[in-house]
Amino acid sequence: MRFVDEYRDAEKARALSAKIASLCEPGRSYKFMEVCGGHTHTIYKHGLEDYLPESITLVHGPGCPVCVIPMGRVDDAIHIAEQPEVVMTSFGDMMRVPGGRGSFFDSMAQGAAIRMVYSPLDALKVARQNPDKHVVFMAIGFETTAPSTAMTVLRAAAEGIGNFSVFCNHVTVIPAIKAILDSPDLRLDGFIGPGHVSTIIGCRPYEFIARDYGKPLVVAGFEPLDILQSIYMLLVQLAEGRSEVENQYARVVPWAGNLKALRVISEVMELRPYFEWRGLGFISHSALKVREKYAAFDAEQIFEIPGSRVADPKACQCGEVLKGVLKPWECKVFGTACTPETPIGTCMVSSEGACAAYYNFGRFSRERVREATR
Amino acid sequence: MTGIEGTGTDRTGLGGTDLGGTSIGGTADWAEAAVREHAAEAEGPSREEQVLERIDRARRRKARVKEEHITMAHGSGGKATQTLVEAVFLETFRNPLLEPLEDGALLEVGGTRLAFTTDSYVVSPLFFPGGDIGDLAVNGTVNDLSVCGARPLYLSAGFVLEEGFPVEGLRRITASMASAASAAGVLIVTGDTKVVQKGKADGCYVNTAGVGLLDRPIRLGVASARPGDAVLVSGPIGEHGVTIMLARGELDIEADLTSDTAALNGLVAALLDACSSGADGVRCLRDATRGGVATILNEIARASGVAVVVDEEAIPVRPGVRGACELLGIDPLYVACEGRMVVVVDGAAAGTALAALRAHPLGEGAALIGHVKDDPPGLVLLKTAFGGTRIVDLLVGDPLPRIC
Repeated sequence: MRFVDEYRDAEKARALSAKIASLCEPGRSYKFMEVCGGHTHTIYKHGLEDYLPESITLVHGPGCPVCVIPMGRVDDAIHIAEQPEVVMTSFGDMMRVPGGRGSFFDSMAQGAAIRMVYSPLDALKVARQNPDKHVVFMAIGFETTAPSTAMTVLRAAAEGIGNFSVFCNHVTVIPAIKAILDSPDLRLDGFIGPGHVSTIIGCRPYEFIARDYGKPLVVAGFEPLDILQSIYMLLVQLAEGRSEVENQYARVVPWAGNLKALRVISEVMELRPYFEWRGLGFISHSALKVREKYAAFDAEQIFEIPGSRVADPKACQCGEVLKGVLKPWECKVFGTACTPETPIGTCMVSSEGACAAYYNFGRFSRERVREATR
Repeated sequence: MTGIEGTGTDRTGLGGTDLGGTSIGGTADWAEAAVREHAAEAEGPSREEQVLERIDRARRRKARVKEEHITMAHGSGGKATQTLVEAVFLETFRNPLLEPLEDGALLEVGGTRLAFTTDSYVVSPLFFPGGDIGDLAVNGTVNDLSVCGARPLYLSAGFVLEEGFPVEGLRRITASMASAASAAGVLIVTGDTKVVQKGKADGCYVNTAGVGLLDRPIRLGVASARPGDAVLVSGPIGEHGVTIMLARGELDIEADLTSDTAALNGLVAALLDACSSGADGVRCLRDATRGGVATILNEIARASGVAVVVDEEAIPVRPGVRGACELLGIDPLYVACEGRMVVVVDGAAAGTALAALRAHPLGEGAALIGHVKDDPPGLVLLKTAFGGTRIVDLLVGDPLPRIC
């Protein structure tokens, strides 16, 4: 398939792999964080770690949109969905995310009207088709998905649709990265920067990482060769003693981002003073809410939201996994109490979650696998 | 900080400030219970290898349904379905004929060996490119009998109709059932009709059951794969599932795809004729319906206690299916087929089997996709086209499209 297979060429991968190995200083170990869950998924789906020397460890960061949704927020959404004449809509990823009282799927089984949609515009379509219901879109995701939510609100306003609102859970990536950088128990050598988020925000917002923290960051695409090349670019920077923001994904990411999309976001949404992230706690100015101007489309204004807070089970170590302090298998409940069937932590839910990716794709001893696939 | 316990800020020492004014409303009781239940397993040293062994043990334990209600995941063909079947149906109905959990039961009646199977069809939309619920219901049951090694003979047809369903629609469905039955050489000899109130069903559901004659001296089964065996598929995978997803019209993607629904009895007969010479020819056949090829391979690996190693590049997938799957972020290996089967044969018979499949119109796109090894038992491993390796596990629920 054109534009896909070119970026999955095993021969090019072998060549890059050799260059990567030659750049690693003997005796030194490297830890790179891929911030985005999409990268985590690619790494496991294609078995990319087979191309890396043992001295390179990839740390899976907090960039999986559903992995950072706290349980209380899911409970709040289910509370809204249980109101009479309400239809809740959300992306497929969201359906199995556990709250304190279960997931959307569990809630559906008990009669709540919850529908899976592929875009917020589909949710608006559901509202048009069901004028006697109030349709709520559970908006999740980083800056990547925020513009489409904002556009949908603008569309609803323009069309004067009165039975549609957004339960806004959009988060922003920079405060999460900063929180990780400020965390004392973490040693990282560099970042594989999120690709899709950067199509919106561009590369400039990362400059403080290189300047103030001295860590290189390479914005990367989502095909396996993109990621290998980004690792190579990070190693070149380290070997040359540089720490800069570089753009490996220039075929999609403009340096200045997408101004139109940013304008739409800022027309409809504003920063919250703080927001709770699953496993990471409260982070200041890290999420978006609907502006007062569009209060008619803000589920938080329309419904009474309980503001549920649910304590993560003490044994759940999502926070440490999200920060890369622990590898998924090092979590106490990994694979036993917490599995993709009955996820306790959100890292186990989405195929982009570090734990689910490791459990589904990488759960074996590499030596035995090498033996078997030889 | 407010007096909040157990939030991430306390534990992780992150830079974020806890400004939460509300106090914690409670704990997730189900999660605490799950942690307690598995507490013993978490004891002891945790090297990666040991953790993996612990998980392996946990997975081999008796299946138990934890949910209080049926969810859509229980119908998806993945882990949740398997758990439900083992923990509820097998547990209650247990007998030696049911226990193998094959596509059909193998019976001996008055000295004659028979295969007996049943399947219900609830597909939406009822009519889709390449077929409809009618030919699907006939082909599905014919195929379940065929992969047992039986010659399908007689089918039953049960209909659950929703009040208001157009009679014209029912005529279309029965007409396509009749022509599918005639193409497969089976007769529909008994049936049943029920009508439910509007809103209590989705138009029309069909159940078929079927009986076939086991007239070959062979025994096929998912538990009979051995190291050294070859794994084949009878054609390009995932066409039915992707066609249905697109036909639902929710995705606004157009592709020139049709369902692969077809009766496989002719193809199976051709294969068994070609490979019957040696005592160790065909070991196992399975039509790759719900859950796709990946689910069948997992059943084989688990039931036979072997590793199944497949080569991603060798798996035939048409460009339209691949493209749609790329866009949706799903893996064609898990997408349903209705006219394709997975074949496990003795390694020495691989060439003969492949030639026999390819000589039949329904097997033109057949391919050798992998081999059976002894270690690690119970796992399906994939050599990716990119040159890496990974596990292909059972899906937990329906393949859910990723958001970005």
